Amino acid sequence: MKSKVNRELPDDLMKKLDYKPFETTEIGNPDVQRVAPKVHVSTGDDKIVSSIKQVVADTVKDGMTISFHHHFRNGDFVFNQVMRVIIDAGIKNLTLAPSSLTGVMNDMVIEAIKAGTITNITSSGMRGSLGDFVSHGGLKNPVIFRSHGNRARAIEHGDIKIDVAFLGVPNADRLGNANGMEGNAVFGSLGYALMDAQYADKVVLLTDNIVDYPNTPASIKQTQVDYVVKVDKVGDPDKIGSGATRFTKDPKELKIASMVNDVITHSPYFKDGFSFQTGSGGAALAVTRYLRQAMIDNQIKASFALGGITKPTTDLLNEGLVKKVMDVQDFDKGAADSMHTSGNQQEIDASWYADPDNKGAMVDQLDVVILSALEIDTKFNVNVMTGSDGVIRGAIGGHQDAATGKLTIISAPLVRGRIATVVPDVTTVVTPGDSVDVLVTEFGIAINPKRTDLISALGNIPGLPVYKIEDLQKMAEKRVGKPKPLEFTDRTVALIEYRDGSIIDTVKEVKD
Amino acid sequence: MEIKKTAIAGTLESSDIQLTISRADSGITIDLQSDVKKVFGDQIEAVIKETLKSLDVTAAKVKAVDKGALDCVIKARTVAAVQRAAETTDTPAWEVL
Repeated sequence: MKSKVNRELPDDLMKKLDYKPFETTEIGNPDVQRVAPKVHVSTGDDKIVSSIKQVVADTVKDGMTISFHHHFRNGDFVFNQVMRVIIDAGIKNLTLAPSSLTGVMNDMVIEAIKAGTITNITSSGMRGSLGDFVSHGGLKNPVIFRSHGNRARAIEHGDIKIDVAFLGVPNADRLGNANGMEGNAVFGSLGYALMDAQYADKVVLLTDNIVDYPNTPASIKQTQVDYVVKVDKVGDPDKIGSGATRFTKDPKELKIASMVNDVITHSPYFKDGFSFQTGSGGAALAVTRYLRQAMIDNQIKASFALGGITKPTTDLLNEGLVKKVMDVQDFDKGAADSMHTSGNQQEIDASWYADPDNKGAMVDQLDVVILSALEIDTKFNVNVMTGSDGVIRGAIGGHQDAATGKLTIISAPLVRGRIATVVPDVTTVVTPGDSVDVLVTEFGIAINPKRTDLISALGNIPGLPVYKIEDLQKMAEKRVGKPKPLEFTDRTVALIEYRDGSIIDTVKEVKD
Repeated sequence: MEIKKTAIAGTLESSDIQLTISRADSGITIDLQSDVKKVFGDQIEAVIKETLKSLDVTAAKVKAVDKGALDCVIKARTVAAVQRAAETTDTPAWEVL
């Protein structure tokens, strides 16, 4: 069978896992039933546990699903400490269901797979040695990749049933009231972890900082928490994120950013009260700077900025150019600190942010979104998962979710080194072309032919040449040459879910 | 053209290629390292071989560390490395350039 983006899907796996192929980006108005966690009743005076070993012995059994959050990014000390204990306890056949996997977790995940401790994984993405390991067939069962909004949906539906969530926090009181803002290893918003806290049967907080009861503001609440474990350190603050994300000085990225800004300011969405989301890539960040000036010049204020937040965005909040920041994750310390001090920076969970099966997610209200791409093809399909060698090295993140915005801009260089970004067919379809509106490269832009309104709005802007996307693809190929097709085996190593839980594409084992 | 000594051209910067050419008794051997070897390895080796042929180099050992160079860069670095290795930098073979 095939998904609507013309990708062949393995019938046996689709049937075995009861999946439907991707059909449409339209979610519609279905009635859905959510699940609820099991509650072990407590008066709250017995939650402090002295060791990870004890809490693992009490909670984790063979075949369970365990979860973690990735807000500490590469400064995470929690994942490896907990997994060490779980592997050493000889527990087998676990499903690992973190919000995402960061590089610092890679070696431990590989060890756990080899030990038979982990036999299934669902994640937003993976990179480095783990991506390489999985792409070479290291895990028997296919990894299931889900966007942040889709993970929230899957948890609420019971597709992901978390037995035990291990959540690291920079502070907690003895009953488990906790936030991400105070302490040594702070990261700001706990957005992704809030799903686990709400839906896991057992919630274990790990912290290096037990504070007086009651701890406020409480993002995770005592009503959700079973155990509080004191550890030496939950994370390395220097590796969580830089002090303040810097603007790029790369002239190519600056040119792309300035062209993205032209697209936004000439679009019908650039008016008082508009909303936007930018990614954390070099060009996407630089857009914020151009947009700031354009907003001042035109006396336009944004109603909200959404998504993963950086200091350049919170600066706009402090200047009054953005009225609210809706914050599911902070990429730098500046943004994390700002959440603490600004009443207009609202912590939101992954469901509020982007869950498609909702009574209204933030992404549905989004006007302008700027996203990146490893590859984009002539059908505007985007790959953010596999590299030029076909190996897993990315994450869906909020890409599919935010792409439902009214003006979805993909900013990407035409070529990177010898690798074309604009290609005839992407290696892996993550975000369908139906939800992508404009591609901006340093040579010019391409507009999705379905958006005839944008073609007339953006067709005659000085310094902004408009090409057919096929022409941009040919320009790229002329520069770098025609690559030899990648070779894969028939074995499926990963499934890419669309945000509604259907399958849009697969990743095959690479042939070396 | 005869390779007289080991010579190097190019850098390890992005979009460049570093070529080290040394003597061999006969034939051309290429040891290529590249992040894009899977998709452009054959093409990179073909450009190096063609360029060596046009310079009449029939025996050489080539080590190539590619960082995503385009064909024109690969050709230029090969020519420079050969001229250094053949000690002909003062009298370049203009006709093959």
